[in-house]
Amino acid sequence: MGVTRDGEQGPNFAPGMILRARQTILTEGVRGSISQRVMKQFDLRQGVDPQTYGLGIKEVWEIPAEKHKPGFVQHSFGWPMDDGTYGGAWLYHFGENLVSYGFVTGLDYSNTWLSPFQEMQRLKAHPEFAKHLEGGRRLIYGARALSEGGFQALPRLSFPGGVLAGDSAGFLNMPKIKGTHTAMKSGMLAGEAIAETLGQEGSSEATSYTERFKSSWLFKELFEARNIRPAFARWGNRLGALYAGIDSVIFRGRAPWTLHFSHTDHEALKPAEKSKPIAYPKPDGALTFDLTSSVFLSGTNHEEDQPIHLKLRDPSKWLPVNWALFRSPESRYCPAGVYEALEEDNTMRLQINAQNCVHCKTCDIKDPTQNIDWCVPEGAGGPNYPVGM
Amino acid sequence: MKIVVPVKRVVDYNIKPRVKADNSGVDTQGVKMSMNPFDEIAVEEAVRLREKGAASEVVVVTIGVTEAQPVLRTAMAMGADRAILVQTDAELEPLAVAKLLKVIIDRENPGLVVMGKQAIDDDMNATGQILAARLNWPQGTFASSVTVEDGRITVVREADGGLETVRLALPAVVTTDLRLNEPRYATMPNIMKAKKKPLETIAAETLGVDIAPRLETVKVVEPPVRQAGIKVTGVAELVGKLRDEAKVI
Ligand SMILES: Cc1cc2nc3c(=O)[nH]c(=O)nc-3n(C[C@H](O)[C@H](O)[C@H](O)COP(=O)(O)OP(=O)(O)OC[C@H]3O[C@@H](n4cnc5c(N)ncnc54)[C@H](O)[C@@H]3O)c2cc1C
Ligand code: SF4
Repeated sequence: MGVTRDGEQGPNFAPGMILRARQTILTEGVRGSISQRVMKQFDLRQGVDPQTYGLGIKEVWEIPAEKHKPGFVQHSFGWPMDDGTYGGAWLYHFGENLVSYGFVTGLDYSNTWLSPFQEMQRLKAHPEFAKHLEGGRRLIYGARALSEGGFQALPRLSFPGGVLAGDSAGFLNMPKIKGTHTAMKSGMLAGEAIAETLGQEGSSEATSYTERFKSSWLFKELFEARNIRPAFARWGNRLGALYAGIDSVIFRGRAPWTLHFSHTDHEALKPAEKSKPIAYPKPDGALTFDLTSSVFLSGTNHEEDQPIHLKLRDPSKWLPVNWALFRSPESRYCPAGVYEALEEDNTMRLQINAQNCVHCKTCDIKDPTQNIDWCVPEGAGGPNYPVGM
Repeated sequence: MKIVVPVKRVVDYNIKPRVKADNSGVDTQGVKMSMNPFDEIAVEEAVRLREKGAASEVVVVTIGVTEAQPVLRTAMAMGADRAILVQTDAELEPLAVAKLLKVIIDRENPGLVVMGKQAIDDDMNATGQILAARLNWPQGTFASSVTVEDGRITVVREADGGLETVRLALPAVVTTDLRLNEPRYATMPNIMKAKKKPLETIAAETLGVDIAPRLETVKVVEPPVRQAGIKVTGVAELVGKLRDEAKVI
């Protein structure tokens, strides 16, 4: 900590620490930077489907007491996105006059002009959403990617000296968008397996973690949910929904086949000239908002004098690929306005406002050539969400 | 010499404070709380004085709810030697805080008190001054530099018109301004060490001090939303609008 923007040691520089452990449990959440490297190094993804992701953007509102119906739950999917783009929303009444509104966009979307943030904003104008929020005020804004690959995309769970648990492995139950109970369960199973391994002389891999997983309710739950998300990826929202109904009602998740994901999210993006531009409505400042005022409500901040934590592996690629082919998709998918394509001296350049980053990891996932590397910033940086966000 | 550093737990400076729907105050439910930034500067300065050999012990004190303990642990991770929590759930005003601090200071008998010039939640800028008055000690407020020498302390103050240098006899109260120092990080090994440092809890009611509020909060409201700006075509229009609409010239 205390490294300056140029990578020098600043006045209150404190050296990092090397922690050595016999077993390390990686629980970095979705798309963990260490987890990614470990999966690569130990080839943990061999023979499994590529992981796919969604970007969840969320707001918490306070609404007039007379409108508040504690326990009210509403889900939607499809509109305002087209049939080929997976996405859906929730709206929950909870706490003291609070409403949680959120929107997930499948990051396998193909239209480079799509903006998950704008989709999430404009859905609020739909009467079934607007009627809950009108007269209220927005309190909090946040965003985070979630793993959607489920069962088929789970990597090998253990490696010499450690295990992957929670969303680092991808244990989220996608049809339910619930991952806290699965993260906890996987952590418990990992703990049991590690305790066993530490007791054995000479064994360095907690291999029983996988067996424990296979005989737990967690396996059953993810197995039964496995075909829902790939069905949408394959057949679009309408037919996908039809299939999801058949799979879960008739087969109860035990259909004798498994649908697979054929490509990664970043491969799905189409160039600008093959994508249909989308005209998003202007924010009204009451129900719908712009990016700047939204990011402000995430409480995100980073010490300014530190190296930029969003690195382009090859900076020269941006102009011919990201700009020329895709017209800077990062300036649309980033829910915090970190990336801006600016014109300067008759050419375009990429401005990275790293301080705004809310650590959602979408850029690391969606960049068409995987050129953006999300690195861990200095400790304490990032969004500051209240408990219950 | 012992240094006492009072610290306060406040809504983290990155959070946009939110007024409760009934306008009775700021909502702190579930909101990230941290040490008041000016108090971090005070802890840093005290630890530096100890490291330079000008002090032998740094004691941090906070007055408030049990949940304020992590703030004391952070201060100890930065280098304070031990901590005292004066536990109370009551709403406290600077006068009450100063009175309680005085009891602790009478007991601890330090040569110096270093504290933040104000807390970023209520911006009172009063506790240090009231405390100095009640102790009948000299005070050096808004310090941007501090030097201890031969039983005296030299404080450079950030006064309105520039810098003012004062020399005070010890014991004294110093309140810190932003430029005094840049607080260090609480590093992992120091956070672990801080868990083992002594933290004493004293119930406020056992100190025999009247902490009943003297002020009444009538209403807390958010600042008005800034109106959207407009573009003018030239100087004439600008002057016209400033005169006829804004009525400022
Ligand atoms: C918008 C949205 C809504 C959701 N709603 C629900 C819901 O209603 N119910 C439900 O059950 N689930 C929900 N989920 C899913 C749930 O949040 C996750 O599945 C769950 O939080 C995963 O837990 P985890 O511990 O694996 O990872 P996380 O909760 O992501 O925790 C990982 C932690 O590790 C830290 N970290 C990451 N990398 C490093 C590093 N290199 N060094 C140090 N620290 C690091 C991160 O800062 C983070 O604190 C939702 C997810 C999203 C995005
Ligand atoms: S920079 Fe990347 S990780 Fe940060 S908010 Fe934007 S998309 Fe998310």
